[in-house]
Amino acid sequence: MGKIIPAKERLLKSEKNWMDGELRGKILVIICAVIMISATISITIFLGTKGLQSFIKNGVSLIEFLTSTQWNPTNKANPEYGAFPFIFGSFAVTFLSAIVAAPLGIGGAIFMTEIAPSWGRKILQPVVELLVGIPSVVYGFIGLTVLVPFVRGHVGGLGFSLLSGVIVLSIMILPTITTATDAMSALPKNLREGSYALGATRWQTIRKVLIPAALPSLLTAVVLGMARAFGEALAVQMVIGNVRDLPSNLLDASATLTTIITLNMGHTTYGSVENNTLWSMGLILLVMSFVFILLIRYLSSRRKM
Amino acid sequence: MKSKTADRIATGVFIAIAIIIITLLVGLFSFILVNGLKHVSFDFLTSPSSNVRAGGGIRDQLFNSFYVLFITMLIAIPLGLGGAIYMAEYAKPGKVTDIIRSCIEVLASLPSIVIGMFGLLVFVNTTGWGYTILGGALALTIINLPSIVRVGEDAIRSVPRDLKEASLALGITKWHTIKTVILPSAFPSILTGVILAAGRVFGEAAALLFTAGLSTPRLDYANWNPFSEQSPLNIFRPAETLAVHIWSVNTQGLIPDVEEVSSGSAAVLVISVLLFNLLARWIGSIITKKITATK
Repeated sequence: MGKIIPAKERLLKSEKNWMDGELRGKILVIICAVIMISATISITIFLGTKGLQSFIKNGVSLIEFLTSTQWNPTNKANPEYGAFPFIFGSFAVTFLSAIVAAPLGIGGAIFMTEIAPSWGRKILQPVVELLVGIPSVVYGFIGLTVLVPFVRGHVGGLGFSLLSGVIVLSIMILPTITTATDAMSALPKNLREGSYALGATRWQTIRKVLIPAALPSLLTAVVLGMARAFGEALAVQMVIGNVRDLPSNLLDASATLTTIITLNMGHTTYGSVENNTLWSMGLILLVMSFVFILLIRYLSSRRKM
Repeated sequence: MKSKTADRIATGVFIAIAIIIITLLVGLFSFILVNGLKHVSFDFLTSPSSNVRAGGGIRDQLFNSFYVLFITMLIAIPLGLGGAIYMAEYAKPGKVTDIIRSCIEVLASLPSIVIGMFGLLVFVNTTGWGYTILGGALALTIINLPSIVRVGEDAIRSVPRDLKEASLALGITKWHTIKTVILPSAFPSILTGVILAAGRVFGEAAALLFTAGLSTPRLDYANWNPFSEQSPLNIFRPAETLAVHIWSVNTQGLIPDVEEVSSGSAAVLVISVLLFNLLARWIGSIITKKITATK
């Protein structure tokens, strides 16, 4: 720590021209705030204009891009830019992983707050924090070396499949859902006590009183998890197979917006039509993250009532 | 009696869920460590990686990871703290503050690959730098900024009011109060939060693919001139970090020992992130003890 200077001296040591320092400090922090706003705005503007180029400059039809299932940008005579399989893949893995992870995550949160508040929390809390800390490429690598061969051997198909992507993502968003459900413990104590006093069992209390009361917070947590799943790139890319066809079942290889972007951004020439359509996919990701924010806003406004 | 049975079944289900989550973590960690640590040796950590032959190490990737993290923090900490001070001390409730808060929320929820694309557009193509450490660090700054602002703002707000008011009552100006009273007492929580954020940056890969690149030039560790092409300290050179390395050897690599290299790297990566977490807790508790004299 070095020599400890008494606060008196530290405070009296101020510059003579104290008004200058005051103004400088204020300007400094305002600049920081302005940088944050401009970063957000420039991300939106840059990605927005770049993402729209394929429609405006290259004349790719927006309808075709969003609904056609034919993705064939390298075909010289008749290139096709239907990104629907990827959009479908993104939504499919997001919803399916939310369906798998939500009961587990919320169940874990209920276990921590209701079933074993003392030791359960002491064990599960660090477990959840450690799960958040594992980098996504490590999840992808484990998926690739353990999950894919397992699915291939025991379930069927090639192993690289929608199912593998869903499992990896479920594990990844599980901690997001559990940590955000801390709201369960913030519920007023008298809700619980009132219910128990009426003779309700613990399960009845959880199901009829606590879950309905915490519902907006629980949904917020699930939406946060879905936002993470929708934007996750590398872990999914390593296990999902990356094919351009629409998957017909869970064991089919598939692709998502993020995986196609990661895979093709490096191979395509900057400024070409194919490259521009990748930016349009990026724009979809951007728009979707705005949609998720609006959803969360809506849910938290309901929570306040 | 039926509701009692239902209660028992439900309790069993919740316990099962908890056990599943714990088993998942234990399984993942033991897999990473058991499989990875047997490939980690001094040689693995200190030899350069190879593109085609087996037996490559991760020296450059490891250095790059720490160096990119360092540059990121150099930019993100002052910027984030400035933003945090503004939000906690200067911002008046109103439209502007709401807008800044929304901006932070948007930045926090953007997928890292989208930020990587923005980095590619601005820091790589528009500036003409190509793939650089600086571009990667700027992209990671954008990812990191919201969490530093949030941690900083919470820390500053939780400084006891009395401290601030006593300082102001002594006739100290606001900025000087912030510098000499508020920031020092908010320091422990800020430090803990920043180290935790650093752990997350360390494992980030998607944003670095398009900004710091997938390659590292031949580095000469004796060359400390930051403007030289071969110097590891040059911030205008491409740099493949450890997390990116795991991805690239698995998806585009030609080396025969992909599994060995990537499980070794994964173990190093996870252990580093763990160390960041432990360090954050340890430093946090030490400083709290020193400052508050509690046991």
